[in-house]
Amino acid sequence: MKTPRFLLPVATAGVLALSLSACAGGGGGGTSGGGSDAEANLDSRGPITYVQGKDNSNVVRPLIEKWNAAHPDEKVTFKEQTDNADQQHDDLVQNFQAKNADYDVASVDVVWTAEFAAKGWLQPLKDKMAIDTKGMLEPTIEAGSYKGTLYAAPVSSDGGILYYRKDLVPTPPKTWDEMMGMCSIAKQNNMGCYAGQFKQYEGLTVNASEAINSAGGSVLDKDGKPSLNTPEAEAGLDNLVKAFKDGNIPAEAITYQEEESRRAFQDGKLLFLRNWPYVYNLATTEGSSKVKDVLGMAALPGKDGPGASSLGGHSAAVSVYSDHKATSLDFVKFLVEEEQQKFFATQGSLAPVLGDLYEDQELVAKLPYLPVLKTSIENAVPRPVTPFYPAVTKAIQDNAYAALKGEKPAKDALSDMQKSIETAGAGS
Amino acid sequence: MATELGPTPVKQPASGAAPAHHGPKGVGEDNRIASQGRWATWLLAPTVVALAIVIVYPIISAIVMSFQKDAGLDPVTGLFTDGGSAGIQNYVNWLGQQCAAQGGGTVACPPGTLGGQFWSATATTFFFTVVTVALETILGFWMAMIMARTFKGRSLVRAAVLVPWAIPTAVTAQLWLFMFDFNGIINKLFNVSILWTGSEWPAKWAVIIADTWKTTPFMALLILAGLQMIPAEVYEASKVDGASAWQRFRLITLPLVKPALMVAILFRTLDALRMFDLPYILTGGANNTTTLSILVINQIRQGFNSAAALSTITFIIIFLVAFIFVRFLGANVVEQSGATGKGKK
Repeated sequence: MKTPRFLLPVATAGVLALSLSACAGGGGGGTSGGGSDAEANLDSRGPITYVQGKDNSNVVRPLIEKWNAAHPDEKVTFKEQTDNADQQHDDLVQNFQAKNADYDVASVDVVWTAEFAAKGWLQPLKDKMAIDTKGMLEPTIEAGSYKGTLYAAPVSSDGGILYYRKDLVPTPPKTWDEMMGMCSIAKQNNMGCYAGQFKQYEGLTVNASEAINSAGGSVLDKDGKPSLNTPEAEAGLDNLVKAFKDGNIPAEAITYQEEESRRAFQDGKLLFLRNWPYVYNLATTEGSSKVKDVLGMAALPGKDGPGASSLGGHSAAVSVYSDHKATSLDFVKFLVEEEQQKFFATQGSLAPVLGDLYEDQELVAKLPYLPVLKTSIENAVPRPVTPFYPAVTKAIQDNAYAALKGEKPAKDALSDMQKSIETAGAGS
Repeated sequence: MATELGPTPVKQPASGAAPAHHGPKGVGEDNRIASQGRWATWLLAPTVVALAIVIVYPIISAIVMSFQKDAGLDPVTGLFTDGGSAGIQNYVNWLGQQCAAQGGGTVACPPGTLGGQFWSATATTFFFTVVTVALETILGFWMAMIMARTFKGRSLVRAAVLVPWAIPTAVTAQLWLFMFDFNGIINKLFNVSILWTGSEWPAKWAVIIADTWKTTPFMALLILAGLQMIPAEVYEASKVDGASAWQRFRLITLPLVKPALMVAILFRTLDALRMFDLPYILTGGANNTTTLSILVINQIRQGFNSAAALSTITFIIIFLVAFIFVRFLGANVVEQSGATGKGKK
């Protein structure tokens, strides 16, 4: 038997194209509200699995060992994901979509909470499943909630800090204008004035939202609708645009992610830096750091007072498909207890969600940025809480980037953001 | 019943009483062909099943999904609901760069949506493909000509050349990201201050440079294999006839290496059309470096069904390119051995 000659090119091309594009397929189909799943197995106890990204500073394993020693019949197994946030997200989506009962408790990034909750994958933490949120910082609870219901218990938090050069700036600026006024000091010392993270990626969403929120604007209103066509939002984004234009933010900051901006600051090239708490340890201990003894920390500058940081951090959520929800809930409660929170802070440098711990002498001695971080988190605004977060962050990144590069005025960029976010929510 | 698994040694062992298959010659032959066919079926079955599971099923499922609407939000409960059937709307939206409008219908996608990037991503993908494959072919040919000569340490050079190809692309991209940093080695070395990943053309060239560095060795080795098929006598004869080096290259090397070259170009082209890691890590798709693959991956996070439609469109584009290569440009991937017997048409 012989294949007709003319078919061969078609077949060859087909096989080649198939094998090369097959990797791009997505998984799983539609969704439905998980009303019945959310009612099931509420009282059931037994062994469960905890899913989290790579345990880089080895905090989760000791805690699980401690739990297992106390609960021999309800042992927790640790399922460790990669250390890439996108991969963690996609792994959770795949397993929730497949209704995998082995994903009992999952660590959820604050920006995924709304999406997972709207898909009906997370057990609402109310009634029988309620947890005690007393003592937790308000913005962290907000970030774990969707439509007024708590879906994920805050476990660790994170906020932006303004790092500055104590040797050059005696008192840190409280407002953005004050900081821009100090940029002449930077010029005298032949260095850049301010930088954050302005490459087109998630970090730009963080920085642009902070600029907008700090000036009194907001990305989304209370109903989750975009609210960017306001003078406040424009003033906020314009602060960054202007700073780029007059060189107060050095031009190369358009390529900065967290690490690039940290290196520039540590090399003495920046007077002010907006970054996360992790910079403190590295900037004070790394041998090459030129700012070891002159590192100052303050809350982000705002319009009249402290600025509104974007909120980072992780929460623990119970899957609606879990077979042992009573155990899962107990484990979540265990994670947010003071003792474990302290362990997270000392061992993993994770910011606690309990307000009192920020005044704990022992902790502050170890992590001197805690008082500043508390101000930052107390004034923080969660990044837009919306089930369409990927589309919203894309709209913010692309348009803010164009504005910062001077390709369009802040006002047009915001109105394009507004329109893009509107189309994201209209797809039903 | 005695069957034979494939070709058996011709010589029967001298010892042993009656050979197992002893029938008349004709009958034995028939049996053998029939049973060989059956065996072939059994031996091929696992491969066919495996291919069906890993390639055919995902493709068909992706195509089915592409005709479904993405989940929408129930305004009352705030929960996602099934989108239902979409017909060909997903495809229409991509090709026409239309996005869903509030209150039904569609509007032209505003800047900052994935939908508004389809044609620019297609153009970017083809731009990268044409430029990188052209550069890689020229440089690869040159490297292959050098490696084809006999010189001391030739095998070391051949092995060393493969190193860039052997490094995972994601790692390569991260290395180049460091080098293209504003304070990185490239700006220092040439004493310039270019924002490599921060403006359009430098960003495109950064991707092209990194990709060329990585995949030229692949081209070089495939072309080298083709060069080594050319018998040395042909060159000797042409030298005797007084052909110049350029004539030898144009009239002997090029035509004889063409089959291998076409296959190499075909593979590289299809590979370049699905470029993802390099621009994704270097620029995150900013500055007009978003390729179709980046668009698909980003869309997967925003809605599977629309992403399925986009990956089907990408598949068709790659298919067409592959078809053009195989049908019209004579990139002979499958028939290589069979065709040589028939000679030139």
